[in-house]
Amino acid sequence: MKIIELKETVTASNDRDAAVLRGELKEKGTLLINLMASPGAGKTTLLERTIRDLKDRHRIAVMEADVDSDVDAVRIEKIGAKAVQAHTDGMCHMDAGMTRRALEALGDEPFDLVVLENVGNLICPAEFDTGAGKCVMLLSVPEGDDKPLKYPLMFSVSDVLIITKTDVAPYFDFDFDACVARAKRLNPNIEIFAVSSKTGEGFEAWENWLNQAVKDWKNEPGKTIKEN
Amino acid sequence: MHEMGIILHLAKSLEETAEKEKIKKITRVTLEVGEVSGIMTDYFTDCWDYFKKRHPVLDTAALEIETIPAVTYCSSCEKTYPTVQYGRTCPHCGSGETWLIQGNECIIKEIEVED
Repeated sequence: MKIIELKETVTASNDRDAAVLRGELKEKGTLLINLMASPGAGKTTLLERTIRDLKDRHRIAVMEADVDSDVDAVRIEKIGAKAVQAHTDGMCHMDAGMTRRALEALGDEPFDLVVLENVGNLICPAEFDTGAGKCVMLLSVPEGDDKPLKYPLMFSVSDVLIITKTDVAPYFDFDFDACVARAKRLNPNIEIFAVSSKTGEGFEAWENWLNQAVKDWKNEPGKTIKEN
Repeated sequence: MHEMGIILHLAKSLEETAEKEKIKKITRVTLEVGEVSGIMTDYFTDCWDYFKKRHPVLDTAALEIETIPAVTYCSSCEKTYPTVQYGRTCPHCGSGETWLIQGNECIIKEIEVED
């Protein structure tokens, strides 16, 4: 018998796959966004409005990840973007391997922006790198301003926090300042937008950020990705 | 099915290591799991026992779990305290400016292999 000391995280193989995928997407000039939130936070509704506003500017596709059904992919296709439905077979998150297979299902057509709508869940998706260039999370007003305290990892790994459903804010005691302070404490660099997908409030700032991110992804030189 | 997802990645990482190091049989896997990593060890072991049978290099491997205690650091009084007992509020000074410094890990510490 022989003991081999490894000292690597359980997700090390996924982290390697994710880094390779990110490098390939960088070369193609395709920005992959990993969109994460609780079930019902408004991921698909936010995407519908965003795609409607930006589809003439960028070539956009969406990968819908769910445990079952294709209702979200059908909604996205209705507004004119290419969509594929990825089933996770009961798993609570997407990993880099599943993301690669979903990207392959989109075909050879070039895209400027691909959004992975991850499984609705604030815990597991945060732990698995999908290979995305940017992570964007949503938090809806009805969920409450205390979520950064309860799900710190999700707020720590996200580049952007979008507070959604601001149109219903008068009916809830959501403290925007407290929420922003809690999120910034976990992640000082997080960009925060407050929007209503119903009225369009706040969309200009979010879409400006997204346009810039798509542009930067194509123009900024990529880091050399080494396979271990 | 959080535990199942982690087991899938654990098995893949171990298979990659076995291939690289030309290992035929792994007989024991030791993990370090943080107290607040959210992994339920009983359920985790069940998933392992079910899943290892699909991988010839792992099918007889025992899973051993070492728990890493969760420790929080208070940036107001610069002391540490046990997270599980006191949560987010520092028991020394009552501050909420506290950070988890360990206890969220899931690390493959070592493996035992046949010569």
